Amino acid sequence: MEWSDAFIAVGLGVITLVTRCFFFISQRELPFPAWAQRGLQYAPIAALAAVVVPEIVVSHGALVTTWMDARWFGAAAGAGFYFYKRGQGQAVLGTIIVGMAVYLPLHIGLGW
Amino acid sequence: MFFDPANFRHPAFRQGMVDTLKVAPGIWAWGLMTGVAMVQAGLGPAMSTLMTLLVYGGSAQLAAIPLLGAGAPAWVILATAFCVNLRFAVFSLHLRQYMMAWPRWQRLSIGYFIADLNYVQFVERYPQPASHPDDQRSEMAYLCGNCFLNWAGWQIASLVGIVLAAQIPLQWGLGFAGVLALVGILCSLSQSRMRVISLAVSGTAAVAAFALPLRLNILVAIAAAVAVCLLIERTSLADKKANS
Repeated sequence: MEWSDAFIAVGLGVITLVTRCFFFISQRELPFPAWAQRGLQYAPIAALAAVVVPEIVVSHGALVTTWMDARWFGAAAGAGFYFYKRGQGQAVLGTIIVGMAVYLPLHIGLGW
Repeated sequence: MFFDPANFRHPAFRQGMVDTLKVAPGIWAWGLMTGVAMVQAGLGPAMSTLMTLLVYGGSAQLAAIPLLGAGAPAWVILATAFCVNLRFAVFSLHLRQYMMAWPRWQRLSIGYFIADLNYVQFVERYPQPASHPDDQRSEMAYLCGNCFLNWAGWQIASLVGIVLAAQIPLQWGLGFAGVLALVGILCSLSQSRMRVISLAVSGTAAVAAFALPLRLNILVAIAAAVAVCLLIERTSLADKKANS
């Protein structure tokens, strides 16, 4: 391991700390205009979707053009299960298990 | 912090851990494959272990791996990780109203551990911030338990992945379990039509702008989704006024 690598690992750790605490590091009042307050309720789901959706439909830097991609089917099956079981405690766990049950055979078995 | 007895002896701490268990298999699989991915990309066991222990962020680590392999400059790697982690900054704005009851060291020492899952489960369990100190203690104890188990599980799984890297082929795609855990969290956040619109706009924009450097597509996607939602809100409000 090079020293420059260790420096990057420390830097990435600091970024974890700073981003996760970003708006509660300072004690000072945050002056937020009303539109920003309203916009805030749509930001968390947007922020997560911006990370997750490309993980499902992007491959090698571009939108996948084939429907034979196991990620599609896995994610759709998982989300389908969630809404079928909606409101029940284990819905997210079911999303993972059902999604993997669809994804793994397609991915390993058929090579999608 | 979870080492504080006032937190780990509190009944809410246990409740927080129980809730983490609901998604744990996805987190373990994701952590395991992050460990495997780092070693297989040639980071070496020492650097991979250091990354796991210090960074504690799967998506940022996975984004940094190819850049480290390609010998990208440090600022590119750090800026990319910052953009991938932008969602945490958004979460922190929401969490601020819960956190300001606590001194700064307490806010920062738990804040570091708040991953996607912890944020979502916490605001689901406590939709409104408490005002009484006893209830604020329950919130903090719950958050500590929730974060503690997630962190411990992730770290153990990642270290196992680093050790077993030669035995577990990346091609199996077990890491997809982490994406599915986030899909489940997205589903649980999709509680209103406007939020579904936000998800759709953001996802589309993130893919369309994928070619941007430093993962700036994430920033573009958040801005686009919030702007579209505010516009729709405004036009529907104007419609209501016109009709009444």
